[in-house]
Amino acid sequence: MLAADSTGFADPVLDAQSTFRTLMDAFARPGSVQRLAPRLVPPAGLAIGLAAVALALCDHETAVWLDPPLAADREVAAYLAFHTGAGLTTDPREAAFALVSDLAALPPFGSFSVGDDAYPDRSTTIVAAVSGLAEAGALRLAGPGIDGERQLGVAPWPAHLTGELAENRALFPRGVDLVLVAPQAVAALPRTTRIVEAR
Amino acid sequence: MSASDAETKAPTPTLPRKGGGSGAATDGDDWISPVLKDNRAGTAEEPSPLAGEGRVGDLRSRGATATGYNFAYLDEQTKRMIRRAILKAIAIPGYQVPFASREMPMPYGWGTGGVQVTAAVIGPDDVLKVIDQGSDDTTNAVSIRKFFAKTAGVATTTKTAEASIIQTRHRIPETPLTEGQVLVFQVPIPEPLRYLEPRETETRRLHALADYGLMHVKLYEDIARHGHIATTYDYPVEVAGRYVMNPSPTPKFDNPKMHRSPALQLFGAGREKRIYAVPPHTDVVSLDFEDHPFEVQRFDKPCALCGANNVYLDEVVLDDRGGRMFVCSDSDFCTSRREAGHRGEMAADPAGAGRP
Repeated sequence: MLAADSTGFADPVLDAQSTFRTLMDAFARPGSVQRLAPRLVPPAGLAIGLAAVALALCDHETAVWLDPPLAADREVAAYLAFHTGAGLTTDPREAAFALVSDLAALPPFGSFSVGDDAYPDRSTTIVAAVSGLAEAGALRLAGPGIDGERQLGVAPWPAHLTGELAENRALFPRGVDLVLVAPQAVAALPRTTRIVEAR
Repeated sequence: MSASDAETKAPTPTLPRKGGGSGAATDGDDWISPVLKDNRAGTAEEPSPLAGEGRVGDLRSRGATATGYNFAYLDEQTKRMIRRAILKAIAIPGYQVPFASREMPMPYGWGTGGVQVTAAVIGPDDVLKVIDQGSDDTTNAVSIRKFFAKTAGVATTTKTAEASIIQTRHRIPETPLTEGQVLVFQVPIPEPLRYLEPRETETRRLHALADYGLMHVKLYEDIARHGHIATTYDYPVEVAGRYVMNPSPTPKFDNPKMHRSPALQLFGAGREKRIYAVPPHTDVVSLDFEDHPFEVQRFDKPCALCGANNVYLDEVVLDDRGGRMFVCSDSDFCTSRREAGHRGEMAADPAGAGRP
C-alpha cells in the first residue's frame, strides 16, 4: 500500500530534468560527487536518492530489480508502481535498473545483465544507497571522464567490490554501471572507470 | 538589451551578450519598451513572435507557454528514454546507442537528433548557443535557438564562453570549451562504416569485434589514389581506444579539439536513431598511418576580417571576376576578435565593430 505521506517530485518535469542532469554530470565525470537534493518524500524504507533516480529514469519500459530488503517492503513496490509505472522483476538479469539498499549484500555483478558485444547498452544500471560519499578516500580512479586521477571515498565500501569492478572493467564494452547515492549526493562508476588503487 | 531583442530586430551577427553590456538588470522587464511589453504576450491562438526568443515574458515558468507544450517540447516519457540512452552512451564512449527517435517539427537533416538530445538535457537555468557551420545567424541556428527559447524559455546566447549547452551542426567552436559545457552534435550518418558496409547487421558485428580493417583499407585507398588521405570531413576517430566513431561532418580541422576536451560531447542522429557520446578528458584519436600521419587543413592566409591564424576559414565569393575572401567560419570568434581590435586585410569599417 502507498505510504500516505510519500510524494513524488514536487515538479515532475523540472525535478526529473535536474536529477537527470546531475546523473549525467556524475556519469561524465566518474567518481565526482555531485549534489543531489531531490524534492520528494519517499516511503520510509527507500533512500531518497534511490527514489529520485527511479522517478527520473524508470517507467513502463524498464524492468526494476529490488534487493531483498527493498523487495520485502511493500510500500516501496507500491511507491515505485504508482510514481513510475515500472514493472518489478525478481530476475536481476532482466533488470534495466537494480535498486540496492544494502551494498554489502549486492549479488555478484555477473548475476545482472552485462549486455552483449553487439548491444553492450542492454545492461543493468545498479543504483545503490550508501551512507557517505567524499571526493577523497580509498579509491583512486582513472579512465574516460577523469583528467588524470580522481579519488573517491565511499562509506561503507565492501572490499570485494574493488575486485568485482576490475572484472567488470575487463568485460568492456560489456558491463554494468554503478551509481552510488548518499543523502544529498550521488557519484557514478560507469564501466569505463578503472580503479587504480584501493587502500 | 538582450540577445532576443537584437535578434528580433535585425539578424546581424553582432548580437550583444545575453545579460547586456551596460549592467542593466535584464532578468526583469526593464529593458522592454512599453510597446513591446504590450505585444509580447500575444494571444493563446497566436503567440507573439517575440515570445520565441530569450527571456521574454513568463516562459520560464513551465506551462505558461502560449503554445501549451511540455517543457522543451518533448513529453516526459520520451525524455526519459533519451536520457537513459545518453547515460549509456557516456558509459560506452563512441558506441552508438539505439533510441526511439521521435518526429520533430522540422525535417530530418535539420538537426532532429541534436534537438532531441538538447531537449532531454536542457533545464531552465541553461544558456543555449546554436551554430550551423560555425555561424550563429543562419536559418538552422536561429530556428533551433528560437525553438528552445519558445518551448523551454531558456536564455540564448551567441557567445561560446557564456553557453552551458552548445548545439552544433558541423563545427566545434574555435574558443576552447570549458569544464561543465555540453556540446551537442547534429549527426546525419552516425555509422562510420556505413558507406563501406551497408548492412546494419554486419556493421554491428564489426563494432562488436572491434574489426576496423575496412576503414583502414579505405584510408589506404585514398593514399594509393591521391597520394594522401583525401577525407577532409567526417574523418573517423577512435574513442577511448575502442570504438571507431564518426565525429559528424565537422571538418577534420576540428578533430584535435575533441581529444581530451573538458566538455561533454553528445551526438544525436534523428533519422538514424542513434545517440553516442564522448565523455570529457577522453582520448579521441584520428585514424592514420605511421608514414601518413593525420594532418589538419592549413590555410595560406589569415581571416580577411579579423586576421586570425590557425582557424577554419570559409570562402566567400565577392564578384564574378574571381574575387574572393576567406573569413572565419566561427562567427562569434571572428566578431569577438574584431571587437577586441583585431583587423584583417579586408576589414572595412575602422571601428572593426561589425560585419559589412
